[in-house]
Amino acid sequence: MDVVVCVKQIPDPADPGELNPDTKTLKRDTKLILDESDSYGVEMALQLVDAAGSGEVRLVSMTPGGETGGLRTALAMGAESAILVSDEALAGSDSLSTAKVLAAAIKRSNPDLILTATESSDGYTGTVPEQIAEILGLPSVTFGKEVSVDGELATVKRQTESGYDVVECPLPAVISVTAGVVEPRYPSFKGIMAAKNKPVEELDLAALEIDPATVGWAGARQEITEIVDAPAREAGELIVDEGEAHERIMAFLDDLKVL
Amino acid sequence: MGFSKIWVHGEAIDGVVASITLELLAKARELADSVEVVIAGDADSVAAELGAHGASVVHSIGSLDNGLAGPRIASAIADACSQGSGPDVLLCGTTYDGRDVAGRLSAKLDTPVITNVVDLKPDGDRLLAHEPVFGGTKDVFTGTTAEGLDIFVVRPKSFVAESAGGDPASVSTLQVGDLGSTGTAVVKDQFVEESSGPRLDEANIVVSGGRGLGEPDKYEMIEKLASLVKGAPGASRAVVDAGWVPYSYQVGQTGKVVKPTVYIACGISGATQHLVGMKGSANIVAINKDEEAPIFGIADLGIVGDVHKVLPKLIEALEAQ
Ligand SMILES: Cc1cc2nc3c(=O)[nH]c(=O)nc-3n(C[C@H](O)[C@H](O)[C@H](O)COP(=O)(O)OP(=O)(O)OC[C@H]3O[C@@H](n4cnc5c(N)ncnc54)[C@H](O)[C@@H]3O)c2cc1C
Ligand SMILES: Nc1ncnc2c1ncn2[C@@H]1O[C@H](COP(=O)(O)O)[C@@H](O)[C@H]1O
Repeated sequence: MDVVVCVKQIPDPADPGELNPDTKTLKRDTKLILDESDSYGVEMALQLVDAAGSGEVRLVSMTPGGETGGLRTALAMGAESAILVSDEALAGSDSLSTAKVLAAAIKRSNPDLILTATESSDGYTGTVPEQIAEILGLPSVTFGKEVSVDGELATVKRQTESGYDVVECPLPAVISVTAGVVEPRYPSFKGIMAAKNKPVEELDLAALEIDPATVGWAGARQEITEIVDAPAREAGELIVDEGEAHERIMAFLDDLKVL
Repeated sequence: MGFSKIWVHGEAIDGVVASITLELLAKARELADSVEVVIAGDADSVAAELGAHGASVVHSIGSLDNGLAGPRIASAIADACSQGSGPDVLLCGTTYDGRDVAGRLSAKLDTPVITNVVDLKPDGDRLLAHEPVFGGTKDVFTGTTAEGLDIFVVRPKSFVAESAGGDPASVSTLQVGDLGSTGTAVVKDQFVEESSGPRLDEANIVVSGGRGLGEPDKYEMIEKLASLVKGAPGASRAVVDAGWVPYSYQVGQTGKVVKPTVYIACGISGATQHLVGMKGSANIVAINKDEEAPIFGIADLGIVGDVHKVLPKLIEALEAQ
């Protein structure tokens, strides 16, 4: 069974960058890392291929600037190869543009299963997986907590408001997985060394036969009219507990008449 | 363009309309003259409530027959749009199915979707969406320049659900065309995780625990406290990911948005992704042993202290009442 995992490479969330005031897009001059949310999909794919006994895990990623740092991390975890779609015209892509590009890259290899995270850490639109599925004409299950595959059928525990649904979905399909569902392995030293020689195919929009006008900032057809500072919430009273802090909390709740 | 006709993606479980749907209706009826709902399942049982909240028509796609809502509702709306009977604007909630509908539809119609919306305002003949970015420190206003349908995915608790006292909505049938393989996923079984007390996103008081509790067993203090104040227990993602409590407890960017009268954060640092989910609370109490913890920056009452000392005494004091 061949699995493609969409992995997003993002600026380190600990150092989130800022908006460029001229273009009103995110400044992307920092180094990119593997979105932690996608490490769950990579781990799940590795486990599924292992359980199936054959097949491979391939990665697909899109970024305007040609970075591969995040891909190398996922390759070091055990993925076989990667496609990186990179093109300056991709800057400012919205979720639909992203999905168009990822779908075109995925189509090149006809996988049985496509995994994504439920939402990316920096964009968190949570719509890319469904958009990919629709563009490829595939069924999909979002918010997967557990995925197993038996032949041509995937069984997914899908998170719901009150618990979970057990959903059966014929393959090929797109499944998005939530964080924390598996324990992503740490790349071993051997894995890191091996990753250096694994194939990363770099494609631009021309190679995918995508018209640059349909993606990136042009394709997004969105306009940011205003960026303002959000009203800040003020800090209130701060006390150090000397053994009596619970009384202050009781008085606070009493004042609000919520008890 | 224009936004004279707004459709809301409606959600209901067992005849009870989801509060996100009523929240969206409250805003929609403020913005447009014509507000309608598109929904799966038994539309007749919810037509009165949806009407009272401002919907004139409920477009029913009928039973899902164990299929998933996303491809079905998206396909029905896309067909309505291509026949000229669709809306100018579609509002979906940031929910499991809401995002599916929005994503599917945006790809079908090749139209952008704006997500993480917390407010909407008119701008000429279009709507601008207000999205908080950078952990809510900046507000961005975005509009589309695309022709045709505008799709917005709105976060829960952005608007206040309020009945407008309208008549029951009329129910009309919306056909779902051939979905091909996109509609082949089937729900085989449903599991409900037991919980008692008020729902997290509806509780008047929320008591949340984080990694500062130290170990999974200590989360019991949070549950005890929540039940004593008739509130709901919540959690940071750190303890959800560690498996102490189910995902449904999570407050924050990737969890629930809560706006209780009082939010009590115990052993939670106050990462921006957590704050996004709770800083709309009317009053915030935080207990953390680190006086530099960011949570204190937004707390009305901050206690610099050890949860293992403060919470047992607080529980004792409440039990004594
Ligand atoms: C894309 C993305 C989405 C995310 N979504 C969410 C989300 O929805 N919700 C969420 O919560 N997080 C979310 N996070 C994670 C978030 O960044 C933080 O990692 C998380 O909120 C930290 O949880 P915590 O405060 O429990 O743990 P920590 O940050 O480890 O904080 C523990 C706190 O406990 C205090 N403490 C320790 N011992 C004691 C004691 N004995 N008594 C009192 N205080 C003590 C410490 O001083 C510390 O401040 C997300 C992260 C990303 C990247
Ligand atoms: N540029 C990208 N490259 C690869 N995968 C992506 C990209 N953008 C989104 N994805 C995938 O789609 C998921 C949802 O993204 P989003 O809709 O932006 O929240 C991500 O977690 C990734 O798995």
